[in-house]
Amino acid sequence: MIMNTNLFKYCLRLGDNSLILGHRLAEYCSYGPYLEEDISITNTSLDLIGQAEAILKYAALVENAERTADDLAYRRPEIEFYNVQLVEQPNGNFAHLIARQFFIDAFNFYLYSALKESTDNTIASIAAKSLKEVTYHLRRSSEWVIRLGDGTSESKIKMQEAINDFWLYTFEMFEMDEVDEELITKAITVDLKPIQDLWNKKVDEILVMATLTRPEDGYMATGSRKGYHSEHLGYILAEMQYLPRAYPTAKW
Amino acid sequence: MVVAEKTYKHIWKLFEQIPDPEIPVLSILDLGIVRRITSEDDTIVITITPTYSGCPAMNLFEEDIIAKLKENNIMNVRVEMTYDPPWTTAWITDKARKGLEDYGIAPPVRGSQDKGELFKEGVKNVRCPLCKSTNTKVISQFGSTACKALYKCEDCLEPFDYFKCI
Repeated sequence: MIMNTNLFKYCLRLGDNSLILGHRLAEYCSYGPYLEEDISITNTSLDLIGQAEAILKYAALVENAERTADDLAYRRPEIEFYNVQLVEQPNGNFAHLIARQFFIDAFNFYLYSALKESTDNTIASIAAKSLKEVTYHLRRSSEWVIRLGDGTSESKIKMQEAINDFWLYTFEMFEMDEVDEELITKAITVDLKPIQDLWNKKVDEILVMATLTRPEDGYMATGSRKGYHSEHLGYILAEMQYLPRAYPTAKW
Repeated sequence: MVVAEKTYKHIWKLFEQIPDPEIPVLSILDLGIVRRITSEDDTIVITITPTYSGCPAMNLFEEDIIAKLKENNIMNVRVEMTYDPPWTTAWITDKARKGLEDYGIAPPVRGSQDKGELFKEGVKNVRCPLCKSTNTKVISQFGSTACKALYKCEDCLEPFDYFKCI
């Protein structure tokens, strides 16, 4: 089998988004505002890591180079990760965690709704499975944006700040390059422009309900499609990959 | 070697004896995790599907299945995972719904496969498994595991797990 490089890269994008965000959420374990919410955060993390495993397994199959999903997660350097920079941003306070989650949940919801119809059966089935979980994620993060935005004067300030702080990382989700071009012609993936329109509509709707203001578009982060990241990804990988790199033959 | 029809029947029967690791009143068949049993030459292939992508019980299912079949002298076994079609709460049997409620977990409300339901404010009419009141409210979208939400009964005041519809 000759590897389809673009399909491989595309799988890494999807898988890395879930893996890195899943890791970030796991870091928040025991820091939730109360017990039930703490459990929600780690359960969301678990869903994301499960989704990452499914898609990275497929990436390994597509690559056909005797690398496993674990090798892809734990042995790749930073420059070969293709997650958007939004998901690697530090947890910050609870409003930051929710803003980051809301932005990516809304993106994942519309993306997976479309990928369900992919001509690639594996991607379609993983998207259909993930969509069921992401639907819950989006509902939860939307409710929190509204609750904090339309809450106390203090929570409103914090929620607005978090939305403002992460706004520059939201454009990257919709960037397209030659990978998308090829896969769109094969109907394996979809044009991200209509996804962006749906995302904008959803974000506006929730921000209005939350009595928050949509930030002005300014400088927008870019680079992750080529493996360029913020400084934070290196620290995540240092921690996440330490054990398999230090003890290469370690087994569960 | 062709695997005889009666071997398949025997295996399905054996699976009734494997308890679900998180909800031991149920067998692994009750939740619809086991999708099919086929064979390749003389290897039995068991196809299972996760309730949730990150379900931590999947490895245990695999180990339990292989161990149970070994106990019964069925040695050549492979367990495969599929996501297609995605697992749905509609596959939970009536017996299992009753088992869940007796165990203290409210079973998924019927007819909620429509994903539009998910965007309403929590599912209405979830019945408290303890006092059977429907005067209940959602506390958190996620309970003790990813497949459950946490509810509270406004009458008997007990918190309880609700098996979410997906």
